[in-house]
Amino acid sequence: MRDSASGLAYRGRTASIGFAQGPFVRVDAGANGERVAGTLVDEALALRSAIDTASRQIAELAAIAGGEAAQILEFQVALLDDEDLISAILASIGEGEAADAAWRAALDEQIADYNSAPDEYLKARSSDLADLRDRVLNILRGGEGHALRIPSGAVVCADDLPPSRFLEIDWSGGGGLALLHGSPTSHVAMLARARGIPMVVQLGAVPAAGATALLDGEGATLELDPSVEQIGLFEKRREMHRKSRASARAILRRPAASWRGERIKLLINIQRVEDLDYPDAQYADGVGLMRTEFLLSERGLPDEETQFQVYDQVLRWADRRPVTIRTFDAGGDKPVPGFTSDGEANPFLGVRGLRLCLAKPEIFAVQLRALARAAVRGNLKVMLPMVTSADELEAARKLFAEIVQGLQAKGTAAMLPELGIMVEVPAAALSIASFKSAFFSIGSNDLAQYVLACDRSNGALAPMMDPLHPAVIELITRTAEHGRRAGIPVSLCGDMASDPRCIPALLDCGLRELSVNVSALAQIKQTIDRLGGGGGT
Amino acid sequence: MLETSNVNGQFFTGNVRLVHAVGMHARPAVKLTKLAKKFEAQISVRVAGAADWINAKSVAKIMAMRAAHGSIIEIKAFGGDAEAAVTALVDLIATDFPDGTA
Repeated sequence: MRDSASGLAYRGRTASIGFAQGPFVRVDAGANGERVAGTLVDEALALRSAIDTASRQIAELAAIAGGEAAQILEFQVALLDDEDLISAILASIGEGEAADAAWRAALDEQIADYNSAPDEYLKARSSDLADLRDRVLNILRGGEGHALRIPSGAVVCADDLPPSRFLEIDWSGGGGLALLHGSPTSHVAMLARARGIPMVVQLGAVPAAGATALLDGEGATLELDPSVEQIGLFEKRREMHRKSRASARAILRRPAASWRGERIKLLINIQRVEDLDYPDAQYADGVGLMRTEFLLSERGLPDEETQFQVYDQVLRWADRRPVTIRTFDAGGDKPVPGFTSDGEANPFLGVRGLRLCLAKPEIFAVQLRALARAAVRGNLKVMLPMVTSADELEAARKLFAEIVQGLQAKGTAAMLPELGIMVEVPAAALSIASFKSAFFSIGSNDLAQYVLACDRSNGALAPMMDPLHPAVIELITRTAEHGRRAGIPVSLCGDMASDPRCIPALLDCGLRELSVNVSALAQIKQTIDRLGGGGGT
Repeated sequence: MLETSNVNGQFFTGNVRLVHAVGMHARPAVKLTKLAKKFEAQISVRVAGAADWINAKSVAKIMAMRAAHGSIIEIKAFGGDAEAAVTALVDLIATDFPDGTA
């Protein structure tokens, strides 16, 4: 067994990046013997007492852990305090079952129910339930749930690891977590990311034996009893990772990016409010693109209040920094039942973006009302997607102005925010001077697909989908030049802005404002800094 | 949203839209059951149109309800403080489970 494991590498999925090298410790659910059932009263009392002990242990853990972890544990305490759940177990005990068997059966039923859910979130919660199940079982079987003895800096390997077990391990000396199953969206993965502990999940079968291990959270690999060469390569990867993170993060904390003496504004693209929790987000100059389609992805169309709350949250986060919210960009490759048109032969050239919103004013009006109310709460800009001609911008402006007037007439605080357009239809880029737009934001993904006549969802065309094609660059340059002449801000929010290889070309085009994915912010700032330091391209 | 109506003697009902971004998951479920337990009244909830009413004081059942973001939650309560219970629960859900409640 040991020999077969030696030098082998296993690949899983990344749940938390980072590197760990240390003793390999396999953790499995404790296998204490089963209880011999006492009298009905004994068993009922044993269950009550085990629940009390478990509640106390979890409360203590929560007090030490605090924050996110405490909230996870609070759910377990609430389950122990659930009379409906407990009375069903007491009923089984009343029928002669032992306390541990009755408890296990009830919890297993819940776990199976969560695992059958189509929802990733609920699936991930099943490990919280398994954690609770094992804790109470352990107490019922006389184990009293003593802490796991794990050497400092160990690579801990388990089938799945419940959050409370994660918290019992002393991670102060580093270490890593390798799970055979598990999920990157589980609570324990959130905890590992928060603590900076590398974690790889879904490794499949890994031998139980092994003395030392290397865990690479980036490459999602686990190497057991590594050879000298394996260790050498691992250390090289770890050092590269450390250097690039350290220098990128140091640059992030500097006040602003600049290139050839000019300030380059770096904003972020967000899909949903939670994206702002990413620690790097605070260093952005604002939100350059907030997509609102996620509001449509849940069941039904969102009402005005739901939308207002979401927009208001982002504006409060941004404080005085600008927040550009894009109106619903549905259609194309983003169909929405009850909103987009079915059966278009060519949806990318169909009724999508602003075209769709103007065709369904009853849905668009709800969003514009929420935006008009949010506009008084911060530095809001509203961006219209998929605009072809100036008439469309004016039609949207007219509708928006009427909505603002209507709200104000009713005494609701509202105002017309700055209104701008996405530049993604080649016709708009070529007639840019015809738009009375407060700002322009270049949607390079769609612009490239339309200019190059390549469906961007067609993998066979990937090699041809070059955003640096001279025709695309020409249109970006013209838009940036027009902005500079007319004094209108121009930014770019497509994937190009998050790709370091495209940055020199974008700066040469005259762009001084880019909106990037939060996870790319540090790297892009570093890229600009290096170009600036080296005198540009 | 905050409609509380006296239907029949001591029954009180209310409807409220679930605005929480991820739906009725662990944290909101814990807050809801904690608040419900502060009242004497029997309190039941369901996703609008669902067949069964479930006990608002059972976190396991609230989780199993799998109420999605944007769904309408119906609340009914019976007993001495039923009206206050419905008002409090509607308020908790409508204000998106603020911290420091329950």
